[in-house]
Amino acid sequence: MTDPAEVAAFLVREARLLDERRWDYWLALFSDRGWYWVPSEEGQRDPRTTVSLIHDDRRLLETRVRRLAEAEAHAQTPRSRTSRIVANVTVEGEADGIVTARSKLQMVEFRNDRQRLFGATQWHGLRPAAGARFRIEWKKVELANCDATLDGISVPF
Amino acid sequence: MASTERGGFAELVRPGRVHRRIYADPAVFEAEMERVFGRAWIYVGHESEVREPGDFATTRIGRRPMVMTRHDDGTVRVLHNQCAHRGAKVVAESRGNAAEFVCCYHGWTYGTDGRLVRVPLRHGYPEDFDPDDPGTAMVAAPRVDSYRGFVFASLAPDGPTLADFLGPMTASFDDMVDRAPDGEIEVAGGVFRHAYDGNWKLYLENLCDAAHPIFVHRSSIEAARGQDDGVHSDGSGEIAVRQMRQNGAPYSFWQERVGIWTCPNGHSYLGDYHDDERLVASGGDPVFADYVAALEARKGPEEARRILEVARWNSNVYPNLSFMSQFRQLRVVHPVSVNRTEVHAWSFRLKGAPERMFEDTVAFANVTNGTGSLVLTDDLETYGRIGDGVTSEGAEWIQIGRGFETDWPDGRGGVQGRDSTSEVYIRNMYDAWLGYMTDGGAPADGVR
Repeated sequence: MTDPAEVAAFLVREARLLDERRWDYWLALFSDRGWYWVPSEEGQRDPRTTVSLIHDDRRLLETRVRRLAEAEAHAQTPRSRTSRIVANVTVEGEADGIVTARSKLQMVEFRNDRQRLFGATQWHGLRPAAGARFRIEWKKVELANCDATLDGISVPF
Repeated sequence: MASTERGGFAELVRPGRVHRRIYADPAVFEAEMERVFGRAWIYVGHESEVREPGDFATTRIGRRPMVMTRHDDGTVRVLHNQCAHRGAKVVAESRGNAAEFVCCYHGWTYGTDGRLVRVPLRHGYPEDFDPDDPGTAMVAAPRVDSYRGFVFASLAPDGPTLADFLGPMTASFDDMVDRAPDGEIEVAGGVFRHAYDGNWKLYLENLCDAAHPIFVHRSSIEAARGQDDGVHSDGSGEIAVRQMRQNGAPYSFWQERVGIWTCPNGHSYLGDYHDDERLVASGGDPVFADYVAALEARKGPEEARRILEVARWNSNVYPNLSFMSQFRQLRVVHPVSVNRTEVHAWSFRLKGAPERMFEDTVAFANVTNGTGSLVLTDDLETYGRIGDGVTSEGAEWIQIGRGFETDWPDGRGGVQGRDSTSEVYIRNMYDAWLGYMTDGGAPADGVR
C-alpha cells in the first residue's frame, strides 16, 4: 500500500514546479500516454463527448507546455504569477499498478492587476517510478467554478 | 465632441473609419442596448434545447435575462425572466422542464407562455388588478421566429420579418443543417462561457478577420509546428495541433484561396473559392467516408455533393451571432458593459452522422472556443488590449479601411472584398449599426 505521505510530497512538488514555471520538468512527470483534464461541467463523465476547459492528450499537453515555455504568448505577456496549496491528500485506491490520489487544490493567479482564486478537487492516477517517485498517468482537476463565465485560462492548474 | 443624439451617432462613422468612442463611450453602449439589441432579431437558442412542452432554457437578449420555452401548443416562446409582482427572477435554473413557473417570493405562477395563471393570497389587490393583463405576465417578446431550428426573438413589435432580416444568410444556416444525414442538428456537448474586458463588437469583428491569425496566434502556431507527431494522441490532440498549424497559413493563402462576402443588415461570411482540403475534413479519412455514404444514402449522390461543396467558414449574423458548419460551432456574444463582454460557445451534433464526427466537434470546440484554448486565449487578450488602448484617447479614429478601394458589389445586394483580407465585413456591420442607431436616417453610402 502506497504511503499517502509520499503521494502528498509528490503533489506538493508538482505544485511547486508549476508555481515556479518549470514547465518542462512538470511535463516530464507525465507518462508517455498521460492525459490532463479540466472538465467544464460538474460530474462530467466523458471528455470525448462534452467540451472541457482543458482536455489534453500527451501530444496536446506537450504543445501547451511548449507555448508556455518557449513561445511568447500574448495571453502570458505579462506572465501570470501563481500560488498553489495542495492539501487533504488521500489515497483512494490502487489497481493495476496505478495509485488513485485525491487532493484539494487552491490556486491564486495574479496577472494585470487582477487576482483570481480557484478551488478544486484534483485527482491523479500515479504509477510508482524510480527517481521521480511517480509518473502521472492522468490528472483531473474538478474546479468548483468549472461552469462559471471565465476569462481565458493559459496556466494549467 | 459629438453628442449622443441621433445625429451624433452618424458622426462616429466615416468611410473606412469609426470613432474610438464607439468602443469606449458608455453612452454609446447604452444606446446600442436599446437601439440595436432592442430592435434586431437576436438569436436566443435552438429548438433542440426545448423539444417537449414544458422544456425551458434561460437565455439573453442584450443584458436582459430571458427564458425560451416550449408551450403546450408546440410553439416556442421567449419570455422576460421577471415576476410581474415585485420583479424577482422567476426561473432560477438554466434549463429543465416545468408545467408552470412559480416565483419564489409570493408564489405567483405563470404558464409556459408567460401568462399569470395563479396568484396565491389573491385578496387585497386593487379592483383593476387583472391577471389577464399582459402587464401581469412574464412579458413575452413580441416577435419570435425560427429558421431551420435556430430561434430568434425581437423586442420590437414591428420591423422586417426574420426571413427578410437574414436575407441570403439563410444559406449559411442551410449549410449547418443540410450536412446532417437525418436533416436535423441538435445542441450537444455542453457550452463554453468565456469573457473579456472589451467591447462586444470586437468579437464578430475578429471572426471574419483573415489577417490576424499569423500575428495573434503566433505562439500556438510555433508550439504546434514544433510538435513531434510521434507523441501519443487519442485523436483529439491531433485535431488540435492540425488546427493550430492551419492558423499559420501565409497571408497569401487568405488573399488567393479565401473570400469575404457581406449581406444587408450587417451579416457576412468567410468562404473558400475552392473545395480546399485544408479547411474541409479530408476525403481520405475513413470516418468521413462513412459520413459521405450516410449523406448520399439519405439525400442521393447529387444533392450530397452539392451540400458538401458549400464552402463557408465563419458566418456572422449581426449583431451578435457567428457560426461555422465544418465543426458545428456557434457563438453568441452577450454585452455586459462598454468594455466587458461574455460569449457562449455551443456545439451541435449532426443527426445521422458517425459519432466520431461529434467527438471531432468536441475536440475542435476545445481548441478553438475553449476557455483554456491555446488559440482563443490570445484572441481574448487582444480584445482586452483594445479595451485598454481606446481609453488612452490617442488616435481619434479606428481604421477599418483595408480593402476599401477594391470591394465590389456582388450582384445580390451585398458587397464582397477582392479577397478575404478586406475589412469590408466590418464596414458592413457599421452600415447596419448606423441604421439602428439613427433610425435609418444616415445616408445610405455613409460607410462604404
